[in-house]
Amino acid sequence: MSVLCLTELDATGSVASTSLRALALARGLAAAGTGQLAAVVFGPADQLPLDELGRAAVTDVYAVPPDHLAGYAPRAWASVLAGMIAQAGATALVAAATDRGSEVMAYVGAITGQPVAANCLSAESAADGTYQLVRQRWGGLLLEDAVLEATAALLTVVPDTPPEENEAALHTTEPALHLHRPELTDADLVVRAAETADHGGGASLATARVVVGGGRGVGGPDGFAPLEELASLLGGVVGVSRVVTSQGWRPHSQQVGQTGTKITPELYLACGISGAIQHMAGCGSAKHIVAVNTDPAAPIMSRADYAVIGDLAEVIPALVAALKDRG
Amino acid sequence: MEILVCVKRVPQVGGRIVITPDGQDVETRMSGFAMSPHEECAVEEAVRLTQRFGGTAVVLTLGPPEAAEQLREALAIGAGHGILLETDGREWGPIATAAAITEAVRRKAAPGPGYDLLLFGNEAADTGDYQVGVRVAESLGWPCATGIKQLEIDGATVRARREYRGTAETFEFGLPAVVTVKEGINLPRYPSLPGRLRAKRAVLEQHQPQWSADGLRKTGLRVPAERRQQATVLGSGPDAVPALVRMLEELGVLR
Repeated sequence: MSVLCLTELDATGSVASTSLRALALARGLAAAGTGQLAAVVFGPADQLPLDELGRAAVTDVYAVPPDHLAGYAPRAWASVLAGMIAQAGATALVAAATDRGSEVMAYVGAITGQPVAANCLSAESAADGTYQLVRQRWGGLLLEDAVLEATAALLTVVPDTPPEENEAALHTTEPALHLHRPELTDADLVVRAAETADHGGGASLATARVVVGGGRGVGGPDGFAPLEELASLLGGVVGVSRVVTSQGWRPHSQQVGQTGTKITPELYLACGISGAIQHMAGCGSAKHIVAVNTDPAAPIMSRADYAVIGDLAEVIPALVAALKDRG
Repeated sequence: MEILVCVKRVPQVGGRIVITPDGQDVETRMSGFAMSPHEECAVEEAVRLTQRFGGTAVVLTLGPPEAAEQLREALAIGAGHGILLETDGREWGPIATAAAITEAVRRKAAPGPGYDLLLFGNEAADTGDYQVGVRVAESLGWPCATGIKQLEIDGATVRARREYRGTAETFEFGLPAVVTVKEGINLPRYPSLPGRLRAKRAVLEQHQPQWSADGLRKTGLRVPAERRQQATVLGSGPDAVPALVRMLEELGVLR
């Protein structure tokens, strides 16, 4: 009667921050039960961050080595996890709601015929065997309270919630390492990823320290040069609203919002952006928001810290000139 | 090439989301409706593929009678046929939705020709469940790729590409298959006037599938507490620039 957590590692071999959040939710469920929390890692068994997993109160680590599973194969991962749920009599399987986590969990739901509660923020088991959940809808613009009734709770956890500080340090276990060599069928391996280096702009937008945003107010594809110049002076990048990409003014990889990239910069300088909620779903985690807009009644004015009322075509070049003068 | 593209009618929300007094739904008396953004791109992709390879792009939605509006939006940009799986307005979970779509796929295959490709948006704008495409694929025993930003079809082979943490992942498999796409895969066209007229006259195929519960029950919706404030106005026009520079200095973002 354990809780399983699909655990992804980042490029440095540490537990991905998204998976740390999934582990925190899984730890809460495990603590209410037998305390047994098993991390399932698809990767080599000899390079696992066991200390870090121990600090996350993981009691067991199941490593599925790559010699068995070359390349990411979503149905194979799901098939392994579904098998583990049955074998261990697990009460819950938790994963971060990343593209991979969400996809694998959907397969686990499909294979087992169980419901999946996606994008959870919290989950608590009730005395009657059900789970009380809070999950996000509309990319976080709404919260749903829900009750889940299932033999094994399948939950994905919102990847960009604030981390629980210091909480992990309270737990320390010495996880037992198990090598898991699953039996896979041909059907499990039909869909398998070939990976190549990508040079898309999305990753730098997501992690940029400064983002200069441009919206409808930029006026057209030719209006972005001052924004680009400002972004480069500030060591940042340009992000845009959905109207800009749906007009074809800029590529979709630069879109900030519910259907684009979620950003977390120190400063978001939103120029000519009205602040539709789908856009705010992507930039709401910015530490500071400064708006430049001709309309003092635009919705962005109630979400920004500071504002300049005016035409960005005049304000931004003047700001660029002032920053250059400053040296 | 026979393609089925599945779309969902969702409220168009702009400045803010309001909840109905019973706390169960999004207030839509003042808003319009649209298909989810990823799905607009799925429809565009289906239309492009049928223009290239021939065949029909069939658009399907599961929803109330009013969801016919979203089918007509898809027909106006080039889909050839519309199917409404009519509900009584209740919210359908991913398991029941996938079962109804699977039934529609099998209904088409019985006399033939069946579908070669099913396209979905990666996730619906409202519920964000990320499951229906995968569940349909699994029940049909077809391969599936999700989160796709680039799709190539070469004979009976699908090459689908997405990004994951700065790495490109390419999936290659045979038809028939399921692909869920994300906004950015293409730039959807605007409907033409003849397209709109054709859509208005089109006769929709209608079915009434059976609703079923799936173990996940919504008890209520809430708007999360958010930071709401009035921005401190630094000034107007270029005259505000010195104040803006001082503020950027204070925030520590100047290099």
